[in-house]
Amino acid sequence: MADRPEGAASSNKPALALHVPEPKYRPGDAVDYSHLNIPEAGKQARPDETVEPKEIASFAYDLIRVLGDDNRAHGPWDPKLDADTLRTMLRNMAMVRAFDERMFRGQRQGKTSFYMKCTGEEATSVAAGMALASDDMVFPSYRQQGILIARGYPLVEMINQIYSNKGDKLKGRQLPIMYSSREHSFFSISGNLATQTPQAVGWAMASAIKGDSRIAATWVGEGSTAEGDFHSACLFATVYNAPVILNVINNQWAISSFSGFAGSERTTFAARAVGYGLAGLRVDGNDALAVYAAQQWAANRARANAGPTLIEYFTYRAEGHSTSDDPTGYRSAQEREEWPLGDPVNRLKNHLIALGEWDEDRQAAMDQQCADEVKAATKEAEKNGILGHGLHHPFRTMFQDVYEELPWHLEEQAAQARRERETKWPGEEPWT
Amino acid sequence: MSAGTKGAVETAVTSERRLNMIEAINDALNIMLERDPDVIIMGEDVGYFGGVFRCTAGLQEKYGKTRVFDTPISECGIIGVAVGMGAYGLRPVPEIQFADYIYPGLDQLISEAARLRYRSATEYIAPMTVRSPFGGGIFGGQTHSQSPESLFTHVAGLKTVIPSTPYDAKGLLISCIEDNDPVIFFEPKRIYNGPFSGYYDRPAEPWKRFDASVVPEGHYTIPLGKARKVTEGEQLTILAYGTMVHVTEAVCREKGIEAEILDLRTLVPLDIEAIEASVEKTGRCLIVHEATRTSGFGAELSALVTERCFYHLEAPVERVTGFDTPYPHSLEWAYFPGPIRIGEAIDKILKD
Ligand SMILES: Cc1ncc(C[n+]2csc(CCOP(=O)(O)OP(=O)(O)O)c2C)c(N)n1
Repeated sequence: MADRPEGAASSNKPALALHVPEPKYRPGDAVDYSHLNIPEAGKQARPDETVEPKEIASFAYDLIRVLGDDNRAHGPWDPKLDADTLRTMLRNMAMVRAFDERMFRGQRQGKTSFYMKCTGEEATSVAAGMALASDDMVFPSYRQQGILIARGYPLVEMINQIYSNKGDKLKGRQLPIMYSSREHSFFSISGNLATQTPQAVGWAMASAIKGDSRIAATWVGEGSTAEGDFHSACLFATVYNAPVILNVINNQWAISSFSGFAGSERTTFAARAVGYGLAGLRVDGNDALAVYAAQQWAANRARANAGPTLIEYFTYRAEGHSTSDDPTGYRSAQEREEWPLGDPVNRLKNHLIALGEWDEDRQAAMDQQCADEVKAATKEAEKNGILGHGLHHPFRTMFQDVYEELPWHLEEQAAQARRERETKWPGEEPWT
Repeated sequence: MSAGTKGAVETAVTSERRLNMIEAINDALNIMLERDPDVIIMGEDVGYFGGVFRCTAGLQEKYGKTRVFDTPISECGIIGVAVGMGAYGLRPVPEIQFADYIYPGLDQLISEAARLRYRSATEYIAPMTVRSPFGGGIFGGQTHSQSPESLFTHVAGLKTVIPSTPYDAKGLLISCIEDNDPVIFFEPKRIYNGPFSGYYDRPAEPWKRFDASVVPEGHYTIPLGKARKVTEGEQLTILAYGTMVHVTEAVCREKGIEAEILDLRTLVPLDIEAIEASVEKTGRCLIVHEATRTSGFGAELSALVTERCFYHLEAPVERVTGFDTPYPHSLEWAYFPGPIRIGEAIDKILKD
């Protein structure tokens, strides 16, 4: 029994009450975002990259925006990218969207077990990825396919991984979308949330120990910032002044839990920086130019040995958490429709049109091209098989890489697996 | 030891309600929230949404947000606050979304919850039931498939419970919640919706077709530390729990083996009497679990059987287990200790 089951009744003091966060809207509710403080684009100052964190504490509660309602770039954060770079950025984002569409459908058609889209968040990986050097090391979560696409990782390889087929370089070991590509300085993705954040700090510390010039960047969902790993990452980053960028993707939802369960009712995620003595920026995550500019600022800062930066990208998870999730059960469909920061692809497109560097016909042609490219890559990957029963790789591969060399007990178990394969499919598929 | 699934425990069966394991767990939680105002439920997505596997569906609506609530994504925090709530006198039932995600909470579980009674000489206790889906067979890859039970059975002060049927899930879960010690309650997610024969290429069957899905209304308990005799047999004893109870049963049926299958139900405390009685009768013992082999719970069982029943054994004790690798995504069915592996081991034990 509870210590004092009567609660307040057993004393004259007022009864305590537990606060449990509650999102503003549930399914069916009308959505009103007027409480969100969205400053005008271009109004935010751009401090020098070597600024002391405490001098920019107010940035953690502001919102850096470049693209205005007039589709023009405004203010000191305008990264002043040339039209070709902007078109590349737009194409990368459109490609991510086309890829997500097709892979999601592929999962629904039974070609694989699982998929996760990043719809509405494309800028936070594509534009941020493009602001880094191609050999800066990235430690992503599972929603940063945009970095791989921006770095030119072949779509076929991505699909091979998603299908866990014969062509999958990860040998079918990982859940779909848990990519890894050392060649693209893209760290192996873990299913355990936030583990990548202190690892990025450690990589950056190593780079500093060795007097290297490469920096590290990590991405983590706002929900995952609740994990202790994230807090360790912040502390180690600040203690060692590590050349690292901690990107928090605040897409408002962590499966069915709104950001309030990660602390957003009382502060911002960027404000975590303040307590740790990190530089903290809060950025419109659907504004590709602002994302680029903030990432570039943080990268310059890290490269100048001026310290780590924590950036919160304020965005919205436009679709379900994954193919296993149906968000209509816990949030209002209107949230997406009314999202006041718009759609990142449309905003960049409209900007290019406003500059006279793009038009709707070219957009339509590009979208078609992206869809065709994804389709062709899918066909190509399907030659290596789809997930199916999953038994595409030689059974021995299951035992390889557990250790550098196979110890006796894994040799024995590999022999067992081989025997089982021969029993089930006598005479088929030679053992390799 | 109790004799069979149904009527294993004295209880007034008031209806022939059939539930799957998710519904049975939900029923147990519902009853305990109703009966005991100190019971609270918390975890990632368990509140409004009712859990990613729906085990807590409808409970927040019924009991309110201060009894059933979502938490930050911090397993360390979830277990840590459960210890504090237990110290106050509550009876928290935290959910860890997947057993694979329990690791950030291990310090609070191992160093704190498990030892609080001991180190405070009973001044404080940490009565909590940590529910968590575990095990593979759903193409979940290495972070949605693990069976880490032996990490917990190795810890003095923790109890570890694993149901294999809806009927047992309800009765065991109620016992766990009423228990004053911290309990790890692992739910075999592969059999949430129906028992699994191990033949992945055959159609899945829903629980409703099986008697073990008859779950009485109201409160009943299945005592911790009591195994369930799944089948009577003379040829050999098979020790299993969770999903593997059904797989071994299906294999024995297919092979025409008369095995005495014991569903252990609780690993700690273990029903050693039932194990001894059965092995002394059959003289042969097979242990089956999905978890990795080295230092798995099968090693403990094998040691116990060898120490205590050595002079009754007619063949060496055998273990069938998952391989000592991370759980692979695509080679899931090559990894899973399925009918071929179990069949081979049975043949070996019965050889002479
Ligand atoms: C340690 C750990 N706990 C729980 C989970 C289960 N889980 C997977 S994704 C997720 C939500 C993460 O939300 P957020 O960090 O906001 O990222 P988003 O999915 O919105 O991109 C949860 C709880 C996990 N993968 N790892």
